[in-house]
Amino acid sequence: MEPVKGRRETIVFISVSPNPPKSQTSAPRAHPVHPPATPPVRVRSLSTPLLWRFYESLLRIRLSEQRISRLYPTDKIQSPIHLSTGQEAVSVGVCQALRKGDHVYGTYRGHGLYLALGGGLKGFFAEMFAKTHGCSHGKGGSMHLVAPEVGLMGCSAIVASMIPVATGDALAASIQGSSRVIVAFFGDGAVDAGVFYESVNFALLKKLPILFVLENNGYAVHSKVAERHSRTDLHRVLAGVGLRGRRLEGNDVRQVYGAAQEALRSVRQGAGPLLLELTTYRWQEHVGPQSDIDGSYRRPGEKARALRRDPLGICRHALLERGATSRRLDALCARTESEIDRAVAFAEKSPFPGVGQLLRGVYR
Amino acid sequence: MNSSRRRLMSYGETIRQTLHHAMDRDPSVLVMGIGVDDHKAVFGSTLGLSKDFGTRRVIDTPISEAAMTGVAIGAAVGGMRPVHVHMRCDFLYLAMDQLMNLAAKWSYMFGGRMSVPLVVRCVIGRSWGQGAQHSQSLQSFFMHVPGIKVVMPTTSADVQGLLLAAIADPNPVLVIEHRLLYGIQGMVPSVFRAAPFGQTHVRRTGKDVTVVANSYLVVEALKAAEFLSRHGIDIEIVDPVSLVPLNAGPIVESVRKTGRALVTDTSWVSCGTSAEIAALIAEKAWDRLRVPLRRLGNAPATCPVSQPLEKAFYPDAWKITRNVFEMMGRKFPEGKWKDDDIQFKGPF
Repeated sequence: MEPVKGRRETIVFISVSPNPPKSQTSAPRAHPVHPPATPPVRVRSLSTPLLWRFYESLLRIRLSEQRISRLYPTDKIQSPIHLSTGQEAVSVGVCQALRKGDHVYGTYRGHGLYLALGGGLKGFFAEMFAKTHGCSHGKGGSMHLVAPEVGLMGCSAIVASMIPVATGDALAASIQGSSRVIVAFFGDGAVDAGVFYESVNFALLKKLPILFVLENNGYAVHSKVAERHSRTDLHRVLAGVGLRGRRLEGNDVRQVYGAAQEALRSVRQGAGPLLLELTTYRWQEHVGPQSDIDGSYRRPGEKARALRRDPLGICRHALLERGATSRRLDALCARTESEIDRAVAFAEKSPFPGVGQLLRGVYR
Repeated sequence: MNSSRRRLMSYGETIRQTLHHAMDRDPSVLVMGIGVDDHKAVFGSTLGLSKDFGTRRVIDTPISEAAMTGVAIGAAVGGMRPVHVHMRCDFLYLAMDQLMNLAAKWSYMFGGRMSVPLVVRCVIGRSWGQGAQHSQSLQSFFMHVPGIKVVMPTTSADVQGLLLAAIADPNPVLVIEHRLLYGIQGMVPSVFRAAPFGQTHVRRTGKDVTVVANSYLVVEALKAAEFLSRHGIDIEIVDPVSLVPLNAGPIVESVRKTGRALVTDTSWVSCGTSAEIAALIAEKAWDRLRVPLRRLGNAPATCPVSQPLEKAFYPDAWKITRNVFEMMGRKFPEGKWKDDDIQFKGPF
């Protein structure tokens, strides 16, 4: 791993592998925690501007979360944060394949999702600071991001709780004859919960337009899937009720995008729900600003493999292969950092909600 | 209102007609729950809806209360107005995460930008051995957490007005019905009209003791009133049909007049609705209380099936009457009470 120089400081964790994978169309490497993925989708046809869009989105998430980590010790963000560093390609790949009008539901680890959908940076940082101009007007914080204007209908801090809600939105879409598709994002921990099965059963029964995205980052807090489940092929655990599931590595944004496009096409055509299990890796603590990638609960070798499969590194490499220059890549970094600077400054200036707001919004 | 414009109708039939009207008027209204489209149709309250509006809008659900509550929330967020029906309140424990952590908080935690126009109907069971898990009234749980409105309609007119109000409301609303009210007739307006939230009704005026009674307990209180009036005691019955938001005004006003308060509730006393109302009386009418206020609810035990135990478990007309005599400082006329003698079969 070789750090890349940004405008002002080292951008941690953006790896450029000295021995990059030879061909991006070959099967991705076996994931450290999970069995090999199903065969990948074809990615050669993706246009270079699209790749740039992916990279820009990945970078925005990575740099925003790094900024949060740096700001955290100042106590300006007074709320628990759950970072998605290392998992960005899941949100970006799926959200890039969505259409305007689609609805998405997420979790407390929702920064990546909010930004990947195009949620505004100013509203994002103002919400981190719990200020008036935050996306939830300072009442929700990091765990309860919302941006209905770009399709993010809500994020919940109770594991699995949004799966049935997303299913209900899909029921509404089906009754309304709407063309929108609903995507429920949840982690591997959510598979432990009963509502996962209950919701999938109902979605299948009613053939609802919903895509279940299982973002498997290897750990539910600090427990591995194998410590919580008798079988670890999570994409198949509900095959018995008829859920078609597919597992692939979730670190190559092109693969995620291709798989999501394919899945969304099927869901949109009325073929009923599908599940995409995207394997990735949580680089950070379950909660908090630090990386605990060297934590004792992790297995040896996981870190090295995770860094080799850095979603930003993979995408960056793909761009370099298409002739992108380091200069242009660095310029994008610098531009994103300035955008974040402006968003942070905006958040600093935004006032805290007045005490008069305390009782506002309990009821509509 | 001119009586020629009102009709006599049972509570259960009123629910059915009100739902029919709401579905007819607004295509976003849907009714979902276990058995809503079967031949029993939740005690008849959803009978015929699936025939008239189709099974896309009248949805028989799997027995998955937790997820189905989430589905109802999501349908509401997605633009529908779901009415989720439970044959017993007891089943709501399964749905608590969704109701308390999501429905109640959705508006607030997303900065008031969104809302969940959800109606949850549930029915309290009582008598004939409903037992441990078919008998509970959960209003106090829902009163505790901000974000959900709670109503307990007592009469046919109440249920018509409050169900319509609940369906029209942008917030989650819990409508707690009582199985023993379903057959009771009451006058309902022939024109469907939503009733405002926050109403507390005086069901009977009296000068001696204020009896706060909700839902089916109004029936028991009316029976008690009949016996008591034969013995020269005149109770006032006040019914807070809307618990959240609660209008304590009429309760406080009544207690300030009578100086005596007996607060009854269809559930347990501890940390319950009766505790809340008693506290409000203590705060606002303390100076007028001539005797200590009293509370009367379910015995602090699980609801038993054996009839003698079941009778001892529930608050009823006899217990209300005994308490009132004591509060009046009078001796209960032993031997005069005959259960069959004191009846209330409606109409309200």
